[in-house]
Amino acid sequence: MGKRRIIGAVVIVLAAAMIILGVFREEVVDVFNKAIRICLECIGIGWLL
Amino acid sequence: MRRKIVQALSAIITNANIQGFLKGTIYQGKLKNICVPGLNCYSCPGALGSCPIGSLQAVLGSAKYKISFYVTGLILAFGAIFGRWICGWLCPFGLLQELFYKIPGRKFKLKGNWTKLTLLKYPVLIIFVILIPLFIVNIAGYGSPAFCKYICPAGTIEAALPLMLSDTSLFLSVGWVFYLKAVIALAVIVGSILIFRPFCRILCPLGAIYGWMNKISLYQMEIDTEKCISCGKCQIQCKLDIDIYKNPTSAECIRCGECKPVCPTQAITSGIKFRKKPGQLMKKSLD
Repeated sequence: MGKRRIIGAVVIVLAAAMIILGVFREEVVDVFNKAIRICLECIGIGWLL
Repeated sequence: MRRKIVQALSAIITNANIQGFLKGTIYQGKLKNICVPGLNCYSCPGALGSCPIGSLQAVLGSAKYKISFYVTGLILAFGAIFGRWICGWLCPFGLLQELFYKIPGRKFKLKGNWTKLTLLKYPVLIIFVILIPLFIVNIAGYGSPAFCKYICPAGTIEAALPLMLSDTSLFLSVGWVFYLKAVIALAVIVGSILIFRPFCRILCPLGAIYGWMNKISLYQMEIDTEKCISCGKCQIQCKLDIDIYKNPTSAECIRCGECKPVCPTQAITSGIKFRKKPGQLMKKSLD
């Protein structure tokens, strides 16, 4: 296994741990709450600054 | 052809809330807990999942969290497995640009000094996706999703257009932010007719992350150095003008695979690679 593949495998394990940690921290609630409402910034409504 | 089918299926599946287009509303079900791998605005009436870049800014800019393990973990997982294969095969906004590129007319390649423009996506990622949402906050402690607000043409095209067409009150509320975004979206559309996927190459922060991960992802393009005759036909065929026979882990390569059939010696292979086969070139440094 090359060095790159080892780094890739480590990143996947790290990413899985981060996802689990994020779920426990209830970050998903923030993602969900933002995603179910029309994002005014995305459609260009709001103040320029 | 196979790639176009996968791209179309991906765009349809991630935007399957047909009711939203008809009613001018957005999907509010539980699938919105999950980020899709490609750039797809979560305010698109059809979107079933969340945009990873929008979600990252939402969590970074929230008063409660200043780091997002969940969204960062998802993006890293997608990138470490597939790299920019996601850009080439799954991203709906990439497909949209490719459809514009099909409009007949003179086409251009980013060459010479123009290739430096591809570096712009890195400051876009750092400044607009990370730093502004983190540090420029309102009195309640919330940061602004600056990439969505000032740049993202996916939001303008996929969300603003269909929503404003079905609800004119939204259109009556627009101001300078919308005009700025509309100019960027128009530039991306015109640019896409002339150049292959200009947004992905110059501005996309997700492409910046996945591009870096091309070097370590399980999905790889590999060159059999025993077969390669360095004829350069792969580079001529490549719409992104990548010298894949020299640099198979290029951060700009979207793994479309169009270089493979033109190789006269079938030296290029691609796929999820767990082991390096003898004779296959993988660049030694992590450049």
